[in-house]
Amino acid sequence: MLIKLLNTLLMIVVALSITGVINRTRAILAGRKGIRFFQHIYNARLMLSKGAVYSPTTTVLFRIAPCVYLGAAIVAFLFIPIADLEPILSFHGDIILVAYLLALSRIAIVLAALDTGSSFEGMGAAREALYGALVEPALMMALATLALFCGYSSFADIFATAQETDTNLTIVMLLLAYVFLIIMIIESGRVPVDDPRTHLELTMIHEVMCLDYSGIDLAMINIAGWLKNAIWAVIAANAVSVVVCFHWEFATPLAILGTGITIGCIESLRARNKLSRNITYILTIVAMSALVLLTGFLLYQNIDI
Amino acid sequence: MKLYHITNNTASSVAIADIPVVDYVELYGDLKLRMEDSRYHVAHYFATECERGLKFYIIILDDKTSEVLISSFVPDYYAEGLASLTAVHPQFHPFEREINELYGVHFDRHPWLKPLRFSHDRRNKLSTMDTYPFYTIAGDELHEVNVGPIHAGIIEPGAFRFICNGEQVLHLEIALGYQHRGVESEMLRDNNSLRRTLIAESIAGDTAVGHATAYAELVEKLADRSVESDLMLERMIAIELERIAMHIADTGALATDIGFQLYQVACEALRTVVINTTQAWCGNRFGKSLIRPLGTNHPMTEAKRELIIKNITDVRRRYEELRADILEDHTLLARFEQCGLVPKSEMERIGGVGQAARASGLRRDIRATHPSGYYATEHSHESIVKQDGDVMSRLMMRLDEVLQSADVILNTLASYKPTAKLSAPDYFAKLHAEHLSFSLVEGWRGEICHVALTDSEGNIAKYKIKDPSLHNWLGLAIAVRSEGISDFPINNKSFNLSYCGHDL
Repeated sequence: MLIKLLNTLLMIVVALSITGVINRTRAILAGRKGIRFFQHIYNARLMLSKGAVYSPTTTVLFRIAPCVYLGAAIVAFLFIPIADLEPILSFHGDIILVAYLLALSRIAIVLAALDTGSSFEGMGAAREALYGALVEPALMMALATLALFCGYSSFADIFATAQETDTNLTIVMLLLAYVFLIIMIIESGRVPVDDPRTHLELTMIHEVMCLDYSGIDLAMINIAGWLKNAIWAVIAANAVSVVVCFHWEFATPLAILGTGITIGCIESLRARNKLSRNITYILTIVAMSALVLLTGFLLYQNIDI
Repeated sequence: MKLYHITNNTASSVAIADIPVVDYVELYGDLKLRMEDSRYHVAHYFATECERGLKFYIIILDDKTSEVLISSFVPDYYAEGLASLTAVHPQFHPFEREINELYGVHFDRHPWLKPLRFSHDRRNKLSTMDTYPFYTIAGDELHEVNVGPIHAGIIEPGAFRFICNGEQVLHLEIALGYQHRGVESEMLRDNNSLRRTLIAESIAGDTAVGHATAYAELVEKLADRSVESDLMLERMIAIELERIAMHIADTGALATDIGFQLYQVACEALRTVVINTTQAWCGNRFGKSLIRPLGTNHPMTEAKRELIIKNITDVRRRYEELRADILEDHTLLARFEQCGLVPKSEMERIGGVGQAARASGLRRDIRATHPSGYYATEHSHESIVKQDGDVMSRLMMRLDEVLQSADVILNTLASYKPTAKLSAPDYFAKLHAEHLSFSLVEGWRGEICHVALTDSEGNIAKYKIKDPSLHNWLGLAIAVRSEGISDFPINNKSFNLSYCGHDL
């Protein structure tokens, strides 16, 4: 039980820290001092203490969406183990549940955006739905590879069993870590797919869907975003630590620093994609994922290549 | 019959009696053919009230011979309407719309006489921003996106109405006028020349030096007094400093819009050095108070000269490094190249000016074609021209012009011995009576044109201002056609047009 609690605690630490690491990395690369490490948490606390303003054109859909968004993210969050620790929830096939809990949160926010009737939000919803649909095959194939290699279909079992380090496993796991990192960038709307810092509504994807949210609702959406980040970061870090050192002492900092610094560097050192090029970018990851699945299958079957 | 009075940008003001008053039908016939040639474009076209109704003045620039053609006509009071020049040459559209808005003159066959800026003295008070007639296209496949007039960030107000097919823009209409302050009528409120200079400096906050220079040159022509060569030189340094500062700011703004942090912060830091240099010179970062008619309050000293040389040398070196990096960055090139194309033919049709026109291969540069001041006497300017007309070309214009302007400043200052003994400004100069005076200045954005008419006592009776934005806003609307709607912001930044310069 203690291990499960430790796991959840560490997951929360990861969720709260990644945004701070990204901001700090960006600030250092820009030659600035940067905001406080936990500024985003202070901001969220401030928003949580505020009420919300609702447009008269919205319906109940708009009001329950943040709860669904956050709720689904919390439940998915509880299934994820950090390296050798155990998550609170776990059962056979939970990888599918996690994938579709995240899809549920997406559909909730997309419907809420359409509910506002704003042309901006409609645009954002269309983009989010398209990218969500495109990235889903990549995610499912990556999860399938994990399940295939380890013979289990729950996160806890997968990472607990995949420990005998051999070359085959190393190749597949490192490729998977890369795929999960890119999926994280796409899902959380970071550069090059989206730019969370832009003020230009016409170029936004995720942010534009939350334009009508304020106060406590906005805080819930932001917190759900951190939880989702943590899910992908920890899965990617687990995939690496299976190869290198399968301990939570290694996987936790790796999840925070590895993803945080990588995203911070990407955001400083390159431009965003042209929006129409995002589709190519996501399909590349789908192709990569298919390749990993194929490689994994061949290696698993011990077919001599 | 003589249709035009021919003059140029260095000559003094023109007696109104010397400007032929012609028959509009003849002028129309001539302009219809003449304007087919891209060497001509319209600098100003306005109407003013006279005892017989309305008198129209039209100023055409000939880029090839540096001549300025001025004509006027007084249509019959009972005439039904005038044949529209916009119908044959779209570059006349803002001018005809303005005349229609102010005086209710109807232009036959004008495509759509929409209000231009909702002036307080407009003819039809029922025409308001809320009833602006936006163009619409019906169809289930299409949707409209309205952006503004209030924007996120620090952008001025202006409404953009997109008609889109999915992500693709079919049509963009730009409705402005939210910043209208009545600048032209404020210029006439009293006879205080200092006050007018201050108003000129605030026509467009980012072109303070450009518009103040335009006002100063206009007054000097009306007073028929020339200024010292050293003063001309210092004015040129000021306007080139402004150009460098704004071009660097735009380079940074373009980087911001594609989420490219490194170039953004690098440009922000560089621009600060440039505007602080201006501040060290005259006490204001945007060069306000630097340009005054017939003299200056801030003559350059040896210490200031050295400071400018030191800072601009440093900025030039750092910007050149940045430029090399930008030109090699594939993620940036992927965003900017082949985005927001405005072909040369379109630029000619809409009468585009300034760096946006030069980015499309249209050589329109007052410094080269209609030079005045130091550009006309000592320094001969060679314009930079790009051919592609995309966002990258407009960025390249900035990348190259900053280096060019820095070189101009450094070369000029290298041999300059500031005496700090320039004459003080004269706000009480006697102006010619019954004269028309115009000034053309190449601000960082393009051609600035101020026109003034004096009455029988030598007081300014009519003042017309044209910021280059008036021509180029249509260029932006054309640039985004068939582009993705998400590429609108980078197109907008690549033009970086003035809202208040348009709205006046």
